Amino acid sequence: MKIKLTFWRGVFAVIMVLGLYSSYVRYLKGLGAVSNMTDQFPWGFWIGFDCLCGVMLAAGGFCIVGAVYLFNVERLHSIMRPAVLTAFLGYLLFIVGLLFDLGRPWYIWHQLIYMNPHSVMFEVGMCVMTYTTVLFFEFLPSVFERFHLQAPIRWIKKIYPVLIVAGILLSTLHQSSLGSLYLIMPMKLHPFWYSPALPFFFFGSAVAVGLAMTIFESTQSSKAFGRQLELSVLVTLGGALLVALWVNALLRFEDYWHRGLLREIFRPSYEAYFLWAELLMAFVIPITLLSFKRVRLSPNGLYWTSVISLLGFITNRLNVSLIGFETYVGHHYVPKWTEFSVTLMIIAMGFFLFAVAVRYLPIFPHEEIAAVPQLEPELVRVQGVPALVENAGD
Amino acid sequence: MSKALLYDATMCIGCKQCEQACATQNHLPYNDAVAAEPVQSEHKFTVVLTKDDKFMRRLCMHCEKPACASVCPVGALHKTKEGPVVYDVWKCIGCRYCMVACAFGQPKYEWQSLNPRVRKCIMCPDRIAAGKQTACAEICPTGATKFGDRDDLVKEAQERIRQNPSNYVPRIYGLNEVGGTSVLILSGVNPEEYGYPASAKIGDTPMPEYTGRVMERVPDFIPVWSLVLGGIYWISHRRDEVAAAEAEDRAAAEAEEGKEKNGSSR
Repeated sequence: MKIKLTFWRGVFAVIMVLGLYSSYVRYLKGLGAVSNMTDQFPWGFWIGFDCLCGVMLAAGGFCIVGAVYLFNVERLHSIMRPAVLTAFLGYLLFIVGLLFDLGRPWYIWHQLIYMNPHSVMFEVGMCVMTYTTVLFFEFLPSVFERFHLQAPIRWIKKIYPVLIVAGILLSTLHQSSLGSLYLIMPMKLHPFWYSPALPFFFFGSAVAVGLAMTIFESTQSSKAFGRQLELSVLVTLGGALLVALWVNALLRFEDYWHRGLLREIFRPSYEAYFLWAELLMAFVIPITLLSFKRVRLSPNGLYWTSVISLLGFITNRLNVSLIGFETYVGHHYVPKWTEFSVTLMIIAMGFFLFAVAVRYLPIFPHEEIAAVPQLEPELVRVQGVPALVENAGD
Repeated sequence: MSKALLYDATMCIGCKQCEQACATQNHLPYNDAVAAEPVQSEHKFTVVLTKDDKFMRRLCMHCEKPACASVCPVGALHKTKEGPVVYDVWKCIGCRYCMVACAFGQPKYEWQSLNPRVRKCIMCPDRIAAGKQTACAEICPTGATKFGDRDDLVKEAQERIRQNPSNYVPRIYGLNEVGGTSVLILSGVNPEEYGYPASAKIGDTPMPEYTGRVMERVPDFIPVWSLVLGGIYWISHRRDEVAAAEAEDRAAAEAEEGKEKNGSSR
């Protein structure tokens, strides 16, 4: 255990050193020196991954809050705090990423005074700003609890309905609007990815990814912090994920069918290879796996299925933001190592902050702090799982 | 009255004086090396391209409904009523959405700068306000680039095509493309051969409409979706409250019953 920890600390240190060097290049030499972005490729890896994928991966917060508070799925209550924490950190880091990507980040506050309501980017900016504030308030109770402050918790509980509704409203708006950003470039984005339905795809994939990310994050936490793995929770999430994947897959199919691309997408081409990778990982493999009851009931199966589908949706966003433009531009865009390095640094910061928060704040329910070594499969079967299984498919 | 530029490629002799005048007007470096660069960049807003013995100019098209202005989150770009699409650098946050959105790939970026600006032809708005022509039109020795009212220039372009149909591709590029532009192009070969986007590809729909269709729904969507979410919240919590109240009643009733039973048994 100790060796493993030092290993990861070593990795963390290397990532941070390289990241700080890249930050130095970014702020003292400029965007041209730190990235391979050009006039033809004004949006690179930072927009594609840090922004588009980052916001998508932080969707777990609103998915779980919605399930718990809007639809009363009490079972998920125990993972709400980690999900909200993940989302809160995700959005904070998204803003950090933005400070790297913006050419004049010191003017980011201009959003608030020079508003252009016709701009999708303006809408996304405002939503992200307000939603981060909402997440902050949703996260605050664990801080107050830590310091035994009852009054502010009661105060936040009073506005909780407003926070919840606002949080889901804002998420719906900006998750879909990230897709709307690309609506204005029908002549540039490859038809495999340009679709009038982009906002729906982006919202739909955010829900699926929110669920998959929660499975991923819960499993990781249980491994890293020795928490009990709440299997009934994972099974519920897995069932919901299967539904979300089906809905997404059908939407995509409908779209290709209506636009007459069904034959085209099976014809080998540069774009088709990326599309296949995306569709296989996001839909075909996870849906197939989740169709087996054995996978739906196994923590390992659920974990790996989520990982595969996460990779699939990440591929999708990178296809929309990078690969889909290559034919129009006429050349490839390959990020510089410093671009990757900044992104890695931001991700590492996320893991670090999550670990710190879990260590010092009551993020996980108290009764589970006593480490339960391994969940016995026999025990699981007794705990009313068959009932869940029936729900898992619908 | 909206101003425009008419560029007639058949009259162009490729002297590149427009490039030089543009550089002077915008305080950009210009020398033989820059003149030889066959692309637009952050230090070259307009370029005269050569193919065989024919020429073609490229510059910002100054769309009637500019995509760049509609996408800018801080409104750093806007279309003036005189025609130019201008840029207020002091508003810009550097998101580069304008560059991604422009159908003609016109905005360029100062990638090497620590306080980078978006650069493009801004159609000499100060000169136009002072009642003068743009620098490129003024210097043009053959009248290939002509400055004037857009309506007049459209008529003149149509007239030129009618009088010399064999000289021209029978269309004015920019008349209807993306809803019309303030730069109009006449030529003997298709502008597409010089890197202009194909008319069929960009279409006649003003680019802002593609996102406008979605954005105009937002003001309605917010109250409706809030009500729906609030409604769901209320219903699912009301159900809990009712269940809790019922459970309480039942408990009370059972307690009562139990008491009675106890009493009777005694």
